[in-house]
Amino acid sequence: MAKKLWKGNKAMAEAAIQAGCRYYFGYPITPQNEVPEYLSARMREVGGVFKQAESELASINMVYGAAAAGGRAMTSSSGLGIALMQEGIAHMCATQTPCVVLNVGRGGPGLGTIMASQQDYFQATRGGGPGDYYCFAYAPWNLQEACDLIQLAFEKADEYRMVSHVLVDATLGAMMESADIKENTANTENKDKKDWAVDAFAGRKDDDHRKIVGFWNDPPEAVAFNRDVLKAKYDIAKEKEVMVDVRNCEDADVVIVAYGTTARIALNAMKIAEENGIKVGMVRPITLWPFPYEAVRENTKNAKGILVAEMALGQLTDDVKIAVGPDANIQHYGEDALGGVMPSPRAIYGMIEKIAKEG
Amino acid sequence: MLKEVLISGFGGQGSLLAGQILALAGVMDDKNVTYRPVYGTEKRGGLAFCDVIISDEEIGSPALEETECLVAMDENSFTRFESIVRPGGTVIVNSSLVTSQPTRDDVTYVNVPCNEIAEKVGSDKTVNMVILGAYLGSQDYFLPMDTVEAALREEMGPSKEKIIPMNRHAMDEGAAAVK
Amino acid sequence: MSVVYERTKGLNQNQSIYCPGCTHGLEHKLVMEVLEELGVLDRTIGITSVGCSGLMFRILNTEVVTSLHGRAPAVATGVKAVQPDAIVYIHQGDGDALSIGMAETISAASRGENITVIFANNNIYGMTGGQMAATTMVGDKATTCPAGRDASLDGNPMRACELISQVEGAKYVERVAVYDVPHIIKAKKAIKKAFQNQIDGHGYSFVEILSTCPTNWHLDPLASMDKVKNEMEAVYPLGVFKDE
Repeated sequence: MAKKLWKGNKAMAEAAIQAGCRYYFGYPITPQNEVPEYLSARMREVGGVFKQAESELASINMVYGAAAAGGRAMTSSSGLGIALMQEGIAHMCATQTPCVVLNVGRGGPGLGTIMASQQDYFQATRGGGPGDYYCFAYAPWNLQEACDLIQLAFEKADEYRMVSHVLVDATLGAMMESADIKENTANTENKDKKDWAVDAFAGRKDDDHRKIVGFWNDPPEAVAFNRDVLKAKYDIAKEKEVMVDVRNCEDADVVIVAYGTTARIALNAMKIAEENGIKVGMVRPITLWPFPYEAVRENTKNAKGILVAEMALGQLTDDVKIAVGPDANIQHYGEDALGGVMPSPRAIYGMIEKIAKEG
Repeated sequence: MLKEVLISGFGGQGSLLAGQILALAGVMDDKNVTYRPVYGTEKRGGLAFCDVIISDEEIGSPALEETECLVAMDENSFTRFESIVRPGGTVIVNSSLVTSQPTRDDVTYVNVPCNEIAEKVGSDKTVNMVILGAYLGSQDYFLPMDTVEAALREEMGPSKEKIIPMNRHAMDEGAAAVK
Repeated sequence: MSVVYERTKGLNQNQSIYCPGCTHGLEHKLVMEVLEELGVLDRTIGITSVGCSGLMFRILNTEVVTSLHGRAPAVATGVKAVQPDAIVYIHQGDGDALSIGMAETISAASRGENITVIFANNNIYGMTGGQMAATTMVGDKATTCPAGRDASLDGNPMRACELISQVEGAKYVERVAVYDVPHIIKAKKAIKKAFQNQIDGHGYSFVEILSTCPTNWHLDPLASMDKVKNEMEAVYPLGVFKDE
């Protein structure tokens, strides 16, 4: 499509349509309402199905049903609603049914605020549902990347039979920016060749051929399933699907680790640092799962210190600590910037300066 | 070229729409733009403001910690954001509603009685277009008025074609008021 | 000079956030007047839900417990378990009572919880910007049914009183409106009865008030009242559905 000014939520909805998503089930919650509103008309225009569910709990189960029947489905919500989906998401991981879950994050915990935060990092990367499972977690930093990553999220979900989270925050959902949404991006091999899905018309009635989506495990099978099916799959994903953006880290005094809107805001801080003769680099995870531990470790090892900037109390920071080990100098910025209070480039620079001068 | 403007008013004044139109005009002029709206849970009456950035370069933060220009459509907006205008910057003040006195000597204050002008133009709903015109006039028309009118037209859609001339007139009156 | 009329002690001086023409303000006023008249203001606990009515906590002169979307009847159940003589006041909108909270609504009634639910049916999701509600009428537009609600695509509207009155355990179920003074007087009577039931330990009481949402209906306040009278009442008839 031509480059055009889009509202974040609407652009992401259109990107999903262009990715071949034809099933949307969701429930109103601020700040993502433009997603179901846009799709209520657009999905039907392209012959898909849109339903406003009675709750987020119902939404994820509708998505599960559509996915089990071989459809490319998605839902969207904010952290509060995604909390209601945890059981459903875990079940989709257990049944290896794919989908995209878009989180337009707002301040927490609980009802919280209706404005931007990055406090759902743990929710997306550490689960919250029962058992051992992982989901892809994509974290775009601007509207163009959001559209591209939503489209990728569908492909990877289908390819690996996993749930793909796409995490943006309320700012990106509400803001307007130019994007060129790529058209018809569905890889039809991924999308349509789902031999594991149920199909009422496939005529597979005998026990050897019929498909069951989901079943109860007995302990020995549960071990084999967890280890040889799920873990094996996650190990491959960790090898191959890491995405990260590294800037200016060679000879950097300070390296910022940040994602999403905070990473954009950090650019302003990096400019101030440059004007003041301090070399600052940035490692920007694009996949929060699988996390770029290697890239964080390699690109920060020679810096005086690492500044983790996030609109949260210390979630991304945990993964950075895992990456670099106990002896690294890690500072955290974000206690004062969550729930709608935007990170401050000046304050981020202040911490950069301190690290550069004192270590 | 880098233009920053924070447009603020109370819910219902059209501060956000003005920002959207400006952003769209920026895109039509082939610039990078970001438009970030901020509002509370109330449907009417609460604070409603937006950050608009128009640039030739990649735009970092879409949120303005400081701003080149503040457009203050009401008293609350003026008192809340006066302090974040950059030294040398500009405040477009809707003098119909802002009663507080300026407190800085390092920014330029431009007083425009937007509500009165809007009424004269024919509708108090055009108050946001009056102040948008004043902003553009004060900034040397870095975006042509015709481009902004085209953006307004696209934003409103064909069913609202009839009110475009009045809104353009409101913009022109706003611009004239800052000469 | 004698006082002919004054603000109820049940409401404080904080400004409410409701839009011009919204009936929520009137509804809260009626409830708090009733609670004052029944002499139970000092043991009332407001239980808020999620939606415009959730902001009632600012204006009530009572203790408040805030709930998640749809869960107020469950929260009230917990509060009453610990303080059975407290008077709980629940105010819910369409999404809260009939969509996400349907299980809690029906189950609280079924358990015969001694609570009072005031349900504001305004056919729309107000706070989140005008999406379709369980009660949006066929043909009416909302942001998630922009072409107008089509029963075959978007489902049928739900009638709360008709549904809840079927539940064994619900004691008193009435639907009222507030679009003119005679109806307001009747509404207040219904609200009074609903809270008297709670005071008497009589059981679950539910009053549905046909409400307005001028902002999301894109109608002015007077036209909104007309919509209730001329369109909504036909689909959601007023009256007593149960009185045990």
